[in-house]
Amino acid sequence: MSDGNDGTQFDRLPATDDERVVDGRPTRSAVLEWWDERFGVSPETFDGHTFWERGSGKIWAFADDVASPVAVEGLGLAFLRTRREHWKPTLEAVQRFGDAADDCVIHLAREEAATFVAGDDQELDWDGDWGYLIVTTDVAGGSEPVGVGLYVHGELRSQVPKGRRREL
Amino acid sequence: MDVLERYESLVDDFDAFRAACERPLPSVVRVNTLKTTVERARAALDEADIAHEPVGWHDGLFALPEDQPGTNWPYVLGWIHGQEEVSAVPAAVLDPQPGERVWDACAAPGSKTTQLAALMEDRGLLVATDNNLGRISALRSNAERAGVTNVAVTHEDARNHSLKPFRAPESDEREGAPYDRALVDVPCSCEGTIRKNPDALDDWELDHVEGISGVQKGVLRRAIQTTREGGTVVYSTCTFAPEENEAVLDHALAEEACELVEFDLPLASTPGVTEWQDESFDDSVERAKRIYPHHNDTGGFFCAKLEVTAE
Repeated sequence: MSDGNDGTQFDRLPATDDERVVDGRPTRSAVLEWWDERFGVSPETFDGHTFWERGSGKIWAFADDVASPVAVEGLGLAFLRTRREHWKPTLEAVQRFGDAADDCVIHLAREEAATFVAGDDQELDWDGDWGYLIVTTDVAGGSEPVGVGLYVHGELRSQVPKGRRREL
Repeated sequence: MDVLERYESLVDDFDAFRAACERPLPSVVRVNTLKTTVERARAALDEADIAHEPVGWHDGLFALPEDQPGTNWPYVLGWIHGQEEVSAVPAAVLDPQPGERVWDACAAPGSKTTQLAALMEDRGLLVATDNNLGRISALRSNAERAGVTNVAVTHEDARNHSLKPFRAPESDEREGAPYDRALVDVPCSCEGTIRKNPDALDDWELDHVEGISGVQKGVLRRAIQTTREGGTVVYSTCTFAPEENEAVLDHALAEEACELVEFDLPLASTPGVTEWQDESFDDSVERAKRIYPHHNDTGGFFCAKLEVTAE
């Protein structure tokens, strides 16, 4: 299928715009640039990973490489949604790669972080950009990425998916 | 009927075996070294006031005498995964290395898959197969929580596993290269989980044991066929029935190019049995290991290591 997206298979992202076959499919270079510009995660962080799209705008990171397209149920980690204007990383991507971030990272006290993990929104002060932020808190003596929050109008809206929410 | 009675002739201390089967097991968690270290996971459990005790033979396993894993910070961060102690044996015996090609033939819900990925340091290719979409959903969720990125999940009958999806990029190959290692932790009658699931034997039937034995043989044969010469296949079950253990190995030895090899295990065990009821098995099945609940105060388990040989 080179004429569109197919929800039953994974297609490797084109390296650059010149190699794009499917309209609107993000390129590898655009994905690398986005992580770098938004969160300060350097492109080298993903040197060992290939990027794939299954369905429209669902991007996966895979630690190996195979012939594209490939019809399987999963290929690495679902790590980015690119369908809407503002791209959104997944909780799993942030937990896995977010420790390399130094921008748009909001550090929460333990109780605030518990509110976030429960899926609840909260009013918080934040001087940085609005939009999707990486939420961190201190666990076992170090700052750890927990998930993704949406910061707008003085409020941090938890984006923790229902299946990952916990009352801690 | 009393299912366990049928194993009286196999078990060294049958009374101790019976008594152990009656005792419940504590929850055990495995530290996910893709996301943290054993030291930090211990610190996080301490911080959460969760009592934890090392199991002794495996650095990354902790018994939680008073708690269930699931609602605490180390769990939310994907640092720990609930996994029965003996269930950590087969991946350790398979010992996959970073960068290899590995197949987990009956993967869901993914405890062993995530353990394999951690042993591979998330590098190389780990193909995880299951034939049940609902269980694949749990497998994917567990792999994502663990932060695994080297896994490809397939939905198929492992007996007909296809290497076609795993061709090298830009290649003319018809199918992908064979595996370096395969884990065949098959569906079984689960007799050895009686300490976790007291009703595990309620629906036990000899017909079921014999039927599932056919599936087990088919999966093990496919694993041997898709693994390279010199590669390793580990076969395991959580059951005592020789029909599902030594008989399956005996069948694979007769039909496929492979041999059973010795392996070390830091847990007490007894050798595989060469005779059961009217049947006798190849002598080399003694290289397999039977782990009974009274040996190490764990669940019951069976594990064998095979090497793929020239045709």
